[in-house]
Amino acid sequence: MSTVSTPDAQQDRGGFLARVMAATPGDNRLNMCIQCGSCGGSCPSGPEMEHTPRRLFALIRAGESETVLRSNTPWFCVSCYYCTVRCPQNIHITDVMYTLKSMAIRAGLYRDPSPAGFSETFVDYVEKYGRSFELGLATRFNLRHHPLSLAGMAPLGLGMLKRGRMELTPHRIDGMDQLGAILDKAKELEAAA
Amino acid sequence: MKALFYPGCAMQRNARAYLDSLLAIRADIDLELEEVADWNCCGATEYMSVHRVPAHALIGRNLALAQRQAADTKLLTAGCSACYLNLAKTDTQMREDRKLEVTVNEALAAGDLHYDAGSLQVRHLLDVVCHDIGYAAVKEKVVKPLYGLKVAAYYGCQVVRPDYDDRWDSHEHPTAMDRLLAALGAEPVDWALKTQCCGGHMTVIGPDVAYGLIRRLVHGAAEAGADLVATLCPMCQLNLDAYQVEMNRHFHADYHLPVLYFTQLMGLAFGHKPADLGIGKEFVDAAPALAKIQVEAPPEAKAKRKRRHRPEDGLPMPRME
Repeated sequence: MSTVSTPDAQQDRGGFLARVMAATPGDNRLNMCIQCGSCGGSCPSGPEMEHTPRRLFALIRAGESETVLRSNTPWFCVSCYYCTVRCPQNIHITDVMYTLKSMAIRAGLYRDPSPAGFSETFVDYVEKYGRSFELGLATRFNLRHHPLSLAGMAPLGLGMLKRGRMELTPHRIDGMDQLGAILDKAKELEAAA
Repeated sequence: MKALFYPGCAMQRNARAYLDSLLAIRADIDLELEEVADWNCCGATEYMSVHRVPAHALIGRNLALAQRQAADTKLLTAGCSACYLNLAKTDTQMREDRKLEVTVNEALAAGDLHYDAGSLQVRHLLDVVCHDIGYAAVKEKVVKPLYGLKVAAYYGCQVVRPDYDDRWDSHEHPTAMDRLLAALGAEPVDWALKTQCCGGHMTVIGPDVAYGLIRRLVHGAAEAGADLVATLCPMCQLNLDAYQVEMNRHFHADYHLPVLYFTQLMGLAFGHKPADLGIGKEFVDAAPALAKIQVEAPPEAKAKRKRRHRPEDGLPMPRME
């Protein structure tokens, strides 16, 4: 295993870079960015992003934490990992995007609550049943964030039901108590870190 | 060969055709699957975005349960790209990051579980079929070659990237599924978009972005002359198939490119009946494409509508017949 790279204090105003790196598992090498732009050029949703990943990493290094955590960039990441495999510096870019999303939720800084709302609704179902539940997820998310789109989604939902591709009730795993205890402990450990 | 099997939530319902076709062909390719008992959701890409450590603990429970069951095999396989990647990611990151390993195991201990990072071999189903079972063994079982069927092998993102264990010949232009399709007698088409994104969760949170990505893929495969697309992931199938209808509406386009799982095509080549392979559950009807290889797909489930009885003493109406 390679030695874990640590940011140089001189190029990390306010310690934001160090915080992002510490919250991302493994040797994520975020401080090794050479600003080449391979990431943004590889990104399928790059044109929709307020900041390309390259610009976002420059902002992180400059300590612009509020701009970074308000940016829509991590929320438009589709986890395709093109940037990750193309990065000449082997930065774990997709993993950094996950870190930024969870930091933005915790700081309450994201402007469009819809993508985060989707993630949170998904998490709620998993924490309640141990499995995801498509029908509940789609209706609850759309009711809360895009109520007007529900009518437009109806044909798709009916098509799913007709083809036997959607469950009407969620499935609950047997070890729900065990899973609950594990997740509670994990949250406690995350908060303490 | 034997493998522990993590089906994942999608295979239970939305991607039932994937599970059914896998179960139908497992004896042909001598693959014994043992389901991980009482597995939970892998968290997809959503849990990781909200809570980092709990996301790894959520996946850790599945790994720990699988390790407990791993008496005569270390191989853990999943058919869904996101499930596979999550299992592989937690395993890899626990191996590489000692602090994470300790934290995840501390959380697992609250449920009397433990996972030794690196003790299982996490592999996607396509990887197992192509690299362990092998093209020759697959070819041997073909009784109804898919001659004349042009197929676009679509890999999507998360199976070939980030590819922690170097399983694939390329992260951008892999050939494993193409070779598998050729072994079945089909003609894999040459196209450039085989590992481009299907839109992932953008179909829900940012449909305009997703429709653009879906159109690019469907158009690319159609332009390459494909009769259908073969996929290895429930999310890719859902986005390219069910949302193809929405995408057509969005762009006033008229694409009809069916999307089947590679296991369904294996099943057809092995001589199984289409209905046993979940064929007919797709939104974009695969029947016209399959007619090329003399396969009669079961008719699409249509809501039965009874013709309303017209009373004889009604107003005179022009007769159409």
